[in-house]
Amino acid sequence: MNRAATATGRRATRPRQSVGSRIAGFFGELLITLGIVLMLYVAWELWWTNIDSAQAQQEVTNNLVQNLGEVVIPEVKDDGKDYGPAPVSEFGSGETFGIMYFPTWGSNGTYHPVTNGVGDDVINNLGIGHYPNTQQPGEKGNFAVAAHRQTHGQVFWDIDKLHEGDKIYLQTKDGYYTYTWSKTEIVNPSVGEVLLPVPHEWGAEPTDSILTMTTCHPKYTTRQRMIAYSELTDWRPLDAGPPLAIRDLVAKATS
Amino acid sequence: MYAWIFRNLPGPMWLRIIESLILIAAVVLLLMMYVFPWLNEYISPFTDSTIGQSTQ
Repeated sequence: MNRAATATGRRATRPRQSVGSRIAGFFGELLITLGIVLMLYVAWELWWTNIDSAQAQQEVTNNLVQNLGEVVIPEVKDDGKDYGPAPVSEFGSGETFGIMYFPTWGSNGTYHPVTNGVGDDVINNLGIGHYPNTQQPGEKGNFAVAAHRQTHGQVFWDIDKLHEGDKIYLQTKDGYYTYTWSKTEIVNPSVGEVLLPVPHEWGAEPTDSILTMTTCHPKYTTRQRMIAYSELTDWRPLDAGPPLAIRDLVAKATS
Repeated sequence: MYAWIFRNLPGPMWLRIIESLILIAAVVLLLMMYVFPWLNEYISPFTDSTIGQSTQ
């Protein structure tokens, strides 16, 4: 930039820049700074938010585990017993009431806390949020939850990898709810009908308990939503111990 | 702007390089911990995962 300055000596002999070039230089630096800040913002979204979220999720999971009391992890065998219909799990607004286990996701399965509410305060930090105006776990109708796909913990990153027979488990103070994946659809962000007691059917009387998971789609956009439906197929009380498929995950989450 | 800041840092050249690195780190940390979380409430290109709620 200042070849004349280096030729004749050091800083003392810098030639005076015109006012115009100094103003142009200042704005140039400002624009470069803006570009760098925007890139940092993307880095923050895609990387830093995952660290923050993992920390916050760990904290609320630990609190919940304390409230659940001693978690029974029985011997390896699954008793396969039918414990009857699942009770309805009740909880307050903003309460972290459960842990969801996804044994088929990631290399060894994953789990995330579930909190009542889908505001930014919940889903930006606490993992999974339950739509408060949808039904409760165990209730006839739609237990609907939301979580981020690519930021803030990448909670539902693997939602497109659910296959026939895959199970999702929810642990609350009322036991272990087993949901079996049934289907996935992609809809526009305004299609709130997926949250109805019977999705897409206004006023229909629900006969089943289902779990609906909503998240962003495709990855790295918010253009559409991926909706995964699962049906409540089994329930066990807490003292019967976790289902075999999530035994190790439960041990890890509650230790 | 940056040239002016660099010229006005105290100390010899090697110290000024260290000082500017510290300044850069401080600014990045400030952005990451305070400015971006605030900005995220207004501009969030990847973080909209709920459905049927206009403001989410």
